[in-house]
This record gives sequence, C-alpha cells and structure tokens, in this order.
Amino acid sequence: MSILTMWKLLLQGFEISVLIFVVTLVLSLPLGLGVALCRMSKNPVLRGITKVYISVMRGTPLMLQLLVVRFGPWFVFKMKLDDSYDIWAVLIAFVINYAAYFAEIYRSGIESVPKGQYEAAQILGFGRWRTFFAVIMPQVIKRVLPSVTNEIITLVKDTSLAYAIGLIEMFTRAKQIAAAETSMLPYLFAGILYYIFNYVVAFGMEKAEKAFGYYEIK
Amino acid sequence: MEILRIENLKKTFGEATVLSDISLSVNSGEVVSVIGSSGSGKSTLLRCATMLEKVSGGSILYAGDVMCREENGKEIYSDKKTLAKIRSRFGLVFQNFNLFPHMTVLQNVTEAPIKVMKRNRAEVEAEAMELLEKMGLEYKMSEYPCRLSGGQQQRVSIARALISKPDILFFDEPTSALDPELTAGVLKIIKELAADNMTMVVVTHEMNFARDISNRIIFLDNGKIEAQGTPDDLFSNTSNGRLREFLSSFYG
Ligand SMILES: Nc1ncnc2c1ncn2[C@@H]1O[C@H](COP(=O)(O)OP(=O)(O)OP(=O)(O)O)[C@@H](O)[C@H]1O
Ligand SMILES: [Mg+2]
Repeated sequence: MSILTMWKLLLQGFEISVLIFVVTLVLSLPLGLGVALCRMSKNPVLRGITKVYISVMRGTPLMLQLLVVRFGPWFVFKMKLDDSYDIWAVLIAFVINYAAYFAEIYRSGIESVPKGQYEAAQILGFGRWRTFFAVIMPQVIKRVLPSVTNEIITLVKDTSLAYAIGLIEMFTRAKQIAAAETSMLPYLFAGILYYIFNYVVAFGMEKAEKAFGYYEIK
Repeated sequence: MEILRIENLKKTFGEATVLSDISLSVNSGEVVSVIGSSGSGKSTLLRCATMLEKVSGGSILYAGDVMCREENGKEIYSDKKTLAKIRSRFGLVFQNFNLFPHMTVLQNVTEAPIKVMKRNRAEVEAEAMELLEKMGLEYKMSEYPCRLSGGQQQRVSIARALISKPDILFFDEPTSALDPELTAGVLKIIKELAADNMTMVVVTHEMNFARDISNRIIFLDNGKIEAQGTPDDLFSNTSNGRLREFLSSFYG
C-alpha cells in the first residue's frame, strides 16, 4: 500500500473522529448547562438525580459507558441493533459523559460569581432570566473557559475510544492498516493528525479566552 | 411627604434576633444617617428595606404603598406588581460597588433603564452622560470597571442608582472600601445630592460627614434604635450612655 493510500484511508477515519468531536461539543455544552442548573435546583429530587448521574459519569470509564450504550439494549431488552447503531452509540455515550463534566465546570463557575452581582441585578429590577443571561453567564463563560479548553483537548483524544466498539474512526483505521501492512507508519500519521487537531483547537480556545476576557486588565 | 415608613420591623436569622422594634419614617428631602458599631444591624436594616432580605415581622411602606406587613403574626409581602413599582422607587449603593465587570461604565448605567424600563436608548444615554459628567467621569464612559479606581467605581454605581430617578437612595458604607484619599470624592458627590434635596438614608462610619449632611441621625445598638435626633442632639447633648461610649471610640 502506498503512503498516499494510507493517508487517504486515515483521513476517511479522521472525518468520523471530527464528526464525533463536533457533535459531542455542540450537544454537550448546552446540555451541561441544563444539568448544572438541575444540580443547583431547589428541588431536592432533581438535585439528587443529577448528582448521582454526574457522579456515575465521572466515576466510571468512558470506555465502559460506551460499551453499555452500545450493547446494553441487546442484553437488557434483546433489542437487535446493527452496525449502523455504532456511531449513534458513540455519540450518545460521549454527549452524556461530557455533559456531566461540563456541568461540574459550569457549576463551579456559577458559584464563583459573587453574591453582590445577583443583588445589584435585583435592586435594578432585573428578572431571573435577565440576571442569569445578561449578568451571570458572561462572567461564568470567561471563568470556565480554561477548564473547558482542557476538556475539549481530552475530547479530541477520547474520540479514539470509539475503537472499543469497532467504529471505524481514525484510530481504528490506523490499527487496521498497521496490522495489514505490518508497519508503524499509520500510527505515526494518526498521531500527527491528532496533534494538529489539538493544536488548532488550542489555538481557537486561546482566541476565545481573549475574546471573552475583554473586560479584564492585561 | 413621607417616602419611607418602617413600623416595628423585626428580623431574625434562625435563632438570632438581629433587628427588633425598628420604627422610623423618612420624609421627602431628608437625609438620615445610620450609625452604630459593627454587627449592630445597619446593613440588615437597609437590606430589609430594599428587599434583599425578607423581614420577619412589622411593616414597610413606600409613599403609602405597602411592601410588606404583618397580619396575625404572619408576614405578608404585596403582589409582584406592587413590589416592582416599589423597587423602581429606591436605589441602593453598595459598600463594594457591585458594578457589572463585563459592561462598560456607560452600559452599567444604562442597562436597567433600557432593558428593564424599556426606555429609549438615545434618551437614556444622554441622561447617563449628564450624570457621568456630574460624577466627573464622562471621559471613562467606554472603560470597563476594572480600569477604574475604587472611588471612580463607586461614583459610577451612584450614577447607576440615580438614572432611574429614585425617590429615595440608600447607601451602605459607601466609602468603607476606599482609601482615604478616594473617600473625599465620593462624600462630595453625596453632599451635592443632599444639596439637591435628594432623599437619602446613609449608613456610615464617617462621623464628621454624618454630622455635616444629616437632618437626622439614628444610632443602632444591638438591633434596636437606641437614640435618634438631630446631629446636635446626638453628638453634643446626648445623655445616652451607649451612644457616648460609641462616639468616644471614634473621638477618643
Ligand atoms: N445572612 C445572615 N445570616 C446570619 N446572620 C447574619 C446574616 N447577615 C447578618 N447577620 C448577623 O446580623 C448581625 C448584624 O449584621 P449587619 O451586617 O447588619 O451589621 P452592620 O451593623 O452592618 O455591621 P458592619 O458595621 O460591620 O457592617 C450580625 O451579628 C451578623 O452576624
Ligand atoms: Mg454593614
């Protein structure tokens, strides 16, 4: 197999990796905010449920969660799901896992905003929603961006876990080619692609941190 | 005209009674200072009057509109609409300013009238600039609060409170977080407001200032009004032991 063919095959896998990355981010970032709000809710039942959910998501390996989502339906309900379910399983597992991590990041961010901000808003007659979205959230976003960046970089690398259920993303591809060609090169190339991916992500996040930090002296 | 009336106000936190039997009234154009040692309940009194804290007993009225009252031993707050109306009548200036750090000076001042009162932006901005000019800060309109000194931040927060033209303005130790050299600028602004007949209730540790601007001074001790009267009554002719003790800790 020529090196060019290797790259071609890897890039096909890379597309799947990027898809997992993008969908996970786009869904888990807002979902995580909802989870954080439930976690801080006045309703003890809602709070309890989200607390358990977050603790399970953070306390067990993502790989295990992935296997449960992929094969659980069959073991529990005898639901027959073919290979086309693989990608869905990955997306579901990743989104619910990352939402839990993001929820905890949001929560610490929200709790770090001084009480005086809520009080000033209340005195000025802001309602709950305006207070949250116009006063609290802009400050939260700025405060949580560094932690979010860490999670996002981990997510890039975590996409390779899809290998566990045989979904053909970049890592699975690299392994297949390496086995067939008895060569280390596919791993090297995949490593380069992961690295570039993360480099771009880190660059973008740095820009975002600058953009949201507009109101700080520096 | 009576702007604020508090009757038999009581406030407890759990077991602790922080305010009891507080009755006072503030008339239009009056400047009332509240003094007292740390923990005597001065902030709690302002926080109850501005709905940041729920009262445990008694009643509070603004120009005849009931904010809350006691009925058969239970405290009842008025409906949302009345409370919103009452809220638009007062302003509160915090000890540590509580400006919104992500908004410019101008946005801090204009956000509420534009977004909450739905007033015309151009009109509000013109008024805001006028206020900022009065505070000597028009050239800082586009800065973010972190670029301002404490004294400047406090003056912005006063402008933010003034733009809604409140009937009464509360100050909770407006200069306590400031260096001495920045205090003067803020006190000067409050004096100017007093000269413009703004109705104000000022919690302060600046005794000379209180003496200077107040029509009436209230001395809180242990959650009760221990003495009240004109500055001369309290500073020169008092026979109240607690008050003398308190004042001597300031004047030695
Ligand atoms: N949220 C709260 N929960 C419990 N106790 C409180 C709370 N807020 C205030 N207190 C108590 O109420 C009392 C009065 O407090 P307050 O802040 O009103 O005093 P202050 O006169 O403003 O004092 P300072 O001059 O230090 O600002 C204090 O004993 C304080 O510990
Ligand atoms: Mg206080």
